[in-house]
Amino acid sequence: MDAKEYKRMQKTGAPKSPVLKNCIWAFCVGGAICTLGEVVVQLGENGGLSENMARLLCSVSLIFLSVLLTGLQVYDNIAKHAGAGTLVPITGFANAIASPAIEFKSEGLVLGMAAKMFSIAGPVLVYGISASVIYGLILYIISLF
Amino acid sequence: MPERKGNYTIQLSNRPMILSSAAVVGKKEGEGPLGKVFDRVFEDTTLNEKTWEKAESDMQKEAVTCALNKAALSPSQVQHIFAGDLLNQCTASTFGLRELNIPLYGQFGACSTMAQTLSMAAIFVDSGAADICCAVTSSHFCTAERQFRFPLEYGGQRPPTSQWTATAAGAAVVGMGGSGVRIAEVLGGRQVDLGVTDANNMGAAMAPEDVKLTPYPETKVWSFFTQLYN
Repeated sequence: MDAKEYKRMQKTGAPKSPVLKNCIWAFCVGGAICTLGEVVVQLGENGGLSENMARLLCSVSLIFLSVLLTGLQVYDNIAKHAGAGTLVPITGFANAIASPAIEFKSEGLVLGMAAKMFSIAGPVLVYGISASVIYGLILYIISLF
Repeated sequence: MPERKGNYTIQLSNRPMILSSAAVVGKKEGEGPLGKVFDRVFEDTTLNEKTWEKAESDMQKEAVTCALNKAALSPSQVQHIFAGDLLNQCTASTFGLRELNIPLYGQFGACSTMAQTLSMAAIFVDSGAADICCAVTSSHFCTAERQFRFPLEYGGQRPPTSQWTATAAGAAVVGMGGSGVRIAEVLGGRQVDLGVTDANNMGAAMAPEDVKLTPYPETKVWSFFTQLYN
């Protein structure tokens, strides 16, 4: 048997992910998180905050909530069903930093928790920041003409 | 004496015996169809330890102690212990078994560690290099997840092909005499890489390795070893 034939066997033999069910879950949970964010923004604005401050309040609240739920060992149980619904909003990023921090605390506070905290989110930061610098440069060069 | 037959088969003329064995498992494994045959089921998979790695170490020690008790042996009567797990530097084995004060040979064979350690123990006993050897292995779901995949609290979705790493430890005491299962031959499988790169589909990656066994043509007794492999 060669690798190609084996790949074909795998494709037919392996159970498939329930795509439709996953999409519905992701839509509902992701939508609920965004609605919650919007509620926070509206409450902030009604409370007298500027639009920028209200949006900041929304991000901070969602990050806090997802880190709290991660610590209470609830977040992963929701995410198991919600998939992209919890991953795509800012909550996914918060969880990606909080979960290794909890996990690697056993290896010490410096070389464990602090060093391994970015093991999942690190690549997102590296490429995200690099990309924004490059786009910033491009924008600056365009603005010269 | 161990003698090579064909290319890969090692025939053990003295046919070492598995004097005793023990298996200790976690809660989920205890709830499975084999639940009743395990020597100990730990309802709390932390085993009251602060880290999962320490819990796995404890399980391994428990398995060895249990197996030695069954054979009415003390650790000082064992010459060599072959042990392995899935962690960096075989942490669970080295820390779990250090108090037994038996020379330890760390083994890493992933899923084949039990077969590998048993082979080594049997060859040592058959050759006369040792009277009694132990073969040990362990894994823990919570240590394996972070070793190979993501932290436990990470909100990821597992595809249907992902496996559950057993929370369990097993030990066998190999020696001469008595009655029970004998190890007549040892046959190692060869590596087969059919290009599976998905960490969530370990079954597909390992399945071909399990069947790439080339027995010596005249082999009549397949021993329990092939059953282990299949």
